[in-house]
Amino acid sequence: MKFDTPATTNPIDQMKIVGKPTNRIEGPLKTTGTAPYAYERHDVAANQAYGYVVGSAIAKGRIASMNLGEARAAPGVIAIVTADNAGKLAKGDFNTAKLLGGPDIEHYHQAIALVVADSFEQARAAASLVRVEYARGKGAYDLAAAIDTAIKPKASFGTEPDSAVGNFAAAFAAAPVQLDARYTTPDHSHAMMEPHATIAAWKGDKLTVWTSNQMIAWSVGDMAKTLGIPKENIRFDSPYIGGGFGGKLFNRADVLLAALGAKAAKRPVKVALPRPLMINNTTHRPATIQRVRLGATADGKLTAIGHESWSGDLPGGGPETAVAQTRLLYAGENRMTAMRLAVLDLPEGNAMRAPGEAPGLMALEIAVDELAEKLGMDPVALRVLNDTQVDPEKPSRPFSQRQLNKCLETGADKFGWSKRAKPGVTRDGRWLVGMGVAAAFRNNLNGPSAARVRLAKSGVVTVETDMTDIGTGTYTIIAQTAAEMMGVPLDKVVVKLGDSAFPVSAGSGGQWGANSSTAGVYAACVKLREAVVQKLGLASDAVFADGKVKAGRRSVALGDAAADGELVAEDNMEYGDLAEKFQQSTFGAHFVEVGVDAMTGEIRVRRMLAVCAAGRILNPKAARSQVIGAMTMGAGAALMEELAVDKRFGFFVNHDLAGYEVPVHADIPHQDVIFLDEADPTTSPMKAKGVGELGICGVAAAVANAVYNATGVRVRNYPITLDKLLGKLPDMV
Amino acid sequence: MQTPEEFELSRRGVLVGGAASVATVTLVPIGTATAATPPAKSPPTAKVAFEVNGTVRELELDTRTSLLDALREHLHLTGTKKGCDHGQCGACTVIVDGRRINSCLTLAVMHEGEKITTIEGLGTPDKMHAMQDAFVTHDGYQCGYCTPGQICSAVAVLDEIKAGVPSHVTADLAAAPAVTKVELRERMSGNICRCGAYSNIIDAITDVAGVKA
Amino acid sequence: MKSFTYERVDSSAAATAAFARTPGARFIAGGTNLLDLMKLEIETPQHLIDVSRLALDKIEATPEGGLRIGAMVRNTDLASDARVRRDYGLLTRALVAGASGQLRNKATTAGNLLQRTRCPYFYDTNQPCNKRQPGSGCAAIGGFNRLHAVVGASDACIATHPSDMAVAMRALDAAIETVDAAGKARAIPIADFYRAPAKTPHLETVLAPGELITAVTLPKPVGGTHIYHKVRDRASYAFALIAVGAIVQRDGTGRVALGGVGYKPWRVEAAEAALPRGAKPVADGLLAGAKTTHENAYKLPLVERALAGVLAQAKG
Repeated sequence: MKFDTPATTNPIDQMKIVGKPTNRIEGPLKTTGTAPYAYERHDVAANQAYGYVVGSAIAKGRIASMNLGEARAAPGVIAIVTADNAGKLAKGDFNTAKLLGGPDIEHYHQAIALVVADSFEQARAAASLVRVEYARGKGAYDLAAAIDTAIKPKASFGTEPDSAVGNFAAAFAAAPVQLDARYTTPDHSHAMMEPHATIAAWKGDKLTVWTSNQMIAWSVGDMAKTLGIPKENIRFDSPYIGGGFGGKLFNRADVLLAALGAKAAKRPVKVALPRPLMINNTTHRPATIQRVRLGATADGKLTAIGHESWSGDLPGGGPETAVAQTRLLYAGENRMTAMRLAVLDLPEGNAMRAPGEAPGLMALEIAVDELAEKLGMDPVALRVLNDTQVDPEKPSRPFSQRQLNKCLETGADKFGWSKRAKPGVTRDGRWLVGMGVAAAFRNNLNGPSAARVRLAKSGVVTVETDMTDIGTGTYTIIAQTAAEMMGVPLDKVVVKLGDSAFPVSAGSGGQWGANSSTAGVYAACVKLREAVVQKLGLASDAVFADGKVKAGRRSVALGDAAADGELVAEDNMEYGDLAEKFQQSTFGAHFVEVGVDAMTGEIRVRRMLAVCAAGRILNPKAARSQVIGAMTMGAGAALMEELAVDKRFGFFVNHDLAGYEVPVHADIPHQDVIFLDEADPTTSPMKAKGVGELGICGVAAAVANAVYNATGVRVRNYPITLDKLLGKLPDMV
Repeated sequence: MQTPEEFELSRRGVLVGGAASVATVTLVPIGTATAATPPAKSPPTAKVAFEVNGTVRELELDTRTSLLDALREHLHLTGTKKGCDHGQCGACTVIVDGRRINSCLTLAVMHEGEKITTIEGLGTPDKMHAMQDAFVTHDGYQCGYCTPGQICSAVAVLDEIKAGVPSHVTADLAAAPAVTKVELRERMSGNICRCGAYSNIIDAITDVAGVKA
Repeated sequence: MKSFTYERVDSSAAATAAFARTPGARFIAGGTNLLDLMKLEIETPQHLIDVSRLALDKIEATPEGGLRIGAMVRNTDLASDARVRRDYGLLTRALVAGASGQLRNKATTAGNLLQRTRCPYFYDTNQPCNKRQPGSGCAAIGGFNRLHAVVGASDACIATHPSDMAVAMRALDAAIETVDAAGKARAIPIADFYRAPAKTPHLETVLAPGELITAVTLPKPVGGTHIYHKVRDRASYAFALIAVGAIVQRDGTGRVALGGVGYKPWRVEAAEAALPRGAKPVADGLLAGAKTTHENAYKLPLVERALAGVLAQAKG
C-alpha cells in the first residue's frame, strides 16, 4: 500500500481498541520471568558452549603478538577466535570500527578474541590467559583539544552540516538583545539493562542467531556482508530485547563472535558482553561542544538564531547532529547552523535516544531561558511568542500539526508555573527550590514496514513482522491495530515479532517504530479484509466487528472465512512525499521543580510534568511509560550521566553501572504526562507519530533551568553536579 | 591479604608519555596474583543442595558458579536476570530464606540447605502473584529485563518494612517505618530500571501494599 | 575468575587452621566485594574458606555497657537492632546510607570493614595500579580522580575507603577483635586498623595473613545527636563523594568522622575541640595538609559546608 495522500476516515478511527489505555499483552510473561531473552534460550539449540570476549587493553595501536597457548591449554577450552584465524571479514555498513579488532586496534575494549569453552566459568577464566603484546599508537581523545582540527563533515541521511537563511551575522550584530553562550554535553552510555547477547548455531552453511537487536533487516544485511555469505543463509530471532535506546540498532561483537565461535567450536555458542566491557566496546552518544547565539528585539522577537556544534568520532564516523532542531523550532528570519567533526580515537559514537535533539536541546533550551532573563520575559511567553507554523527555512512548507504553544500553556497551567519566583529566593527548609521549563521537539520519521496476517478457523488473527519491541510496547499496539482492523477482541490476536523470516518492518529506532510498524499491519489487514470479504462472498463495504463480518443482513463469524484453510495476507506500507510537503514533527513541554541543598549543592528533582503533542496516541498507557522513561533518562543526563574520559589512555574510565551512574528510584518523583488530543492524517492511516524520543528532548534543560531558578547559578556544562554549584551558593548561615 | 613486603616505586604516577609515544608495551591483565597457578586438569567442583521454589535441587558445580548462573544455566530458571554480574543493578535479585539478595554476588555452593524463591516461584502467567499483577496493571516495566528483580525486591521490601528494618529516609529510628512512597523509592533503589518505569513501579507497590497514593 | 577449592568451616579455630593449612586461601563471608573482585581477577584466591556460618552473628551487651557485634552480623541486622538504633544511631544511619537493601542483607560487619576501594583504575586490570599490582604506577593521579582522596594519600595511591559503616565505627571508637592461626586474640582500635598507602597501598590493614575478625566492640553509648550526611550525585545506591558522621552534644561539643576523603574513615580528635565554634575550624583541622587535584578540590569546601549543615541540623 502506498500512502501518498492524507488519510481519510478508516477503521482505525473507530478507536474501540486503538487509543485505549491497554495493558501490555506480553506483560504476564515479563512479570513472571517467562519472556525469553537472547542468552536464555536453552531450548533452541542443544549443546551450547560459552564464549567470553577479550577486549583490547589499549585504545589505539597494534597487536604486536598474541599468545594463545595458556588459554588453549586451560580446562574446557574448545576454540579461540581471533582476527588471525577468523578468515576474511568485511566491516558492516552500520559499523564504524570493526567488531573484531586486530592487528590494528581502533578503540579501547575493541573485541580481539573470543574464548569458547564448555562452561561460562571456564571461558571467563581462560579469556584472562590470552597474552597480548601491543604497540601503543598515538591517539586523539580530547574533544576540546581537537576542536581546531574539526572539519565540515559530509551530509548524512540527507542532512547538510551547514544551513543558512537570511543574514545571520548582520542580524545578530544588530539585535538589541543578544545571547552568545557555549555549552557542553558529555559522552553518554545507553546502559540498557540487558547486555548485548547472542546464541549462534550453524546448520551446514546456514546460520541462526538468537540475539537482542532493534533492527533485524539491517543487521541481517550487515552480518551477511561481514561474513561474506548470502543474506538468505542467515536468520535473526529477537523476540524480546532488554532495552536498546539505539545501542542495539546494529550488530555488535556478541553476534559476530558468537557466529564465528560456533563455527570454530562446531557447536552452538552463546556470548554476552560482560558489563564492564560494554561501555567501551559498544557505541555511545558523543560529547558535544555547542555555541548558541540568539538575537532578539526588545520585545522578544527572535531575529537571529545561530547554533554550532562540535563533536568527535572515529575515522569514518559521523557528527552528533545537535543543531537539527534549531532549524525548525523557533521563528526568526536570519539563521545559521553548523556542525563540525573531529577525529577522536575514543569508542565509536553513534545513535542514542533522540540523537541530535537530545544534546542539542540541552544547549538550546538553556539558551532560550538565558535570553528570557535578559529580556525580562517569562520563558514560556518567550517561546510562545516565537512559535512558527511553517518551516522557518521554507515558509511555503507548513508543519502538518504543531501545538507547541498549547503544550507550553497547558503545562504552565497544570504545573503552577505562575508561582515561579525569581532566582534564588524560594526556600523549603534546607532546600533552595526552583522551577524550569523547556520545549521538547523531535522530528517524526516514517519508514516502509511490512507485515503478514493470518486468519485461522478459530477466528484468531496472527501478525508476523520482523518489527521489534524494545520495551516500547510494540506487541500491544500491533495487536490493537489488528484487533481494530479485523473487528476482534485483543485476546484473539497473536503477535509474533523479531524474526527475520517475517516480512521486513521499519524496526525500532528514531521513534519511527510505532507509527510505521502499525501502518504496515494496517496495510496487511486491509488485504486480509479483502480476502475475507471475497472468500465469504460479501459486499466490499462489509463491517468487521465483534468477531463477525456483516454486510447487509448477513453476519458471518470471521473465522468462517478460514474454514477451508488459513487465510494469509501480506503487505508493505510505503510512503509518498507527504513528509516533504509537510514538516512532520512532535512537540512537547517539560516542567521540572528541583530542590538544591543550600549547603552542599545536592540536587534532587521534586516534580516533573510533560505535555506532549505527538499525533494519535495508540496506547496511552505504554506511551506514557515511554515518556516517563525518557524523562528519567533526561534527568540522568541533567544531573549525573557522564562517561569520564581518560585523555591519556583514551577510554571511558567509569565503565560499569557503579561508575556510570544512571537514575535510581530515589532520584525520580512521581511523574505526570499529558497528551494533547491529536490525529495527524499526513503521517499514515494510523495518524500517529513517535513519542519515545520526544520524551527525553528538553528534559535536561528544564532541569538545568530549574537549578538556575533555585540557586541563581547558571551551569552550562553537563552534568550539573554539586561541585559546579558549590562556590556560588549562598553563604553559610 | 598480601604478604607485607615493602617495595620501592620506580616513579610517581604512570607513564603518561607512553600514551603519546609509540612504544611496545606488554599489557597482560594486572592482577594481584603474580605467581601463576599451574592449569588444573579440571576445575574443582562441589556438591550443593538447596530448595528452589519449593523443590529440593541437588547440583555438583564448578565452585566458581554464582547462585545466579546456577539458576540460569544449570536449572534453566532464566527469569532471574544477569544485568551486570557485579551487584550494581539488582536484576538478579532473588529471595533467600526470606531476604532479598543479589544472586550474582554469591556462590551457589554457599547456599547449602537454604530456601530460594525466584520470580518463577512467585507466580505464573496464568496465576500471577499480586505484585506481578500490579506491575502489569500499572505498566511497571518496559523492556522487562529488570522486572523480575524489581518484583522480587518489591515483595521483600514490604516484608522488610513490616519487620521494622530502617532505611536511609526513615525519619525516626525509634519508630516503626511506614509504607510511604519516599520509603519505597529509597528501598527499591538497588534495582535499576533504565527504561525508567520507576514512577509506575512505585504505584504498583503502593497498590499491593494497600496504601493510598 | 581463577578456580579455587572451597570449604565451609564451623568455628573460628577451624577457619584459621584451614588458612594456615592452605596456600592462597581467603576467608569469604558475605562475598559481595570479594566475588566482585574475583570475577575481574583482581582477587585470585586458590582456596575459599566459607566463614559465613560461624556463630559470630550475635549482638551482645558488654560488661562495660557497650555492644559486641559479631563479625558475621549482616549490615541489615546491625542497622535494625533496637539497641543500635537507640544508642548508636550514627551506625544505623551510616549503614542504611550504604549500598542497597540486597547488598546489606548479605554484607557482614567484618566484610564491610575490609571492603576495597572503588577506584575505577583499581577495577580495570589493563590499567596501572599500585594497590592491585605493586610498582605498576597510579593511573588515578593525573587521570579521572573526582572521587579520590584529599587527605592521607601518597604519590603511590589516592584511593578512598568506600565504607559508610566504618565512618560511624570510627566516630564511635570501635575496636576490632581478631584471632590468629595460633589462637591468639587481640583487639585493634579502629583508629589503628587501616594502613596509610605510603609506598605500599596494597597493604590496607594491620591484619596479619590468616588473622580473622571475630567481632567489633562499641564502648558504652555517648549520647548526643547522631547525624550521618552522605553527599552523592545520585540520591541512593552510590558511593560517597564525601560523608560527614557526627555526634553532637547539647553543649556543642562532639565528634566528627569523614568518609570519602581518604584511605580510611577520617577523624582528627584534636580538631573536634573546635566544634562549638562551628564548622570552619573543625574542617580546617580535619583537612589540614590536604592535597587536591583540579577534579577533587571541591571536596574541601564541601566538607565544610556539609559539616555546617550537620551542625545546624543538630541544633534543631
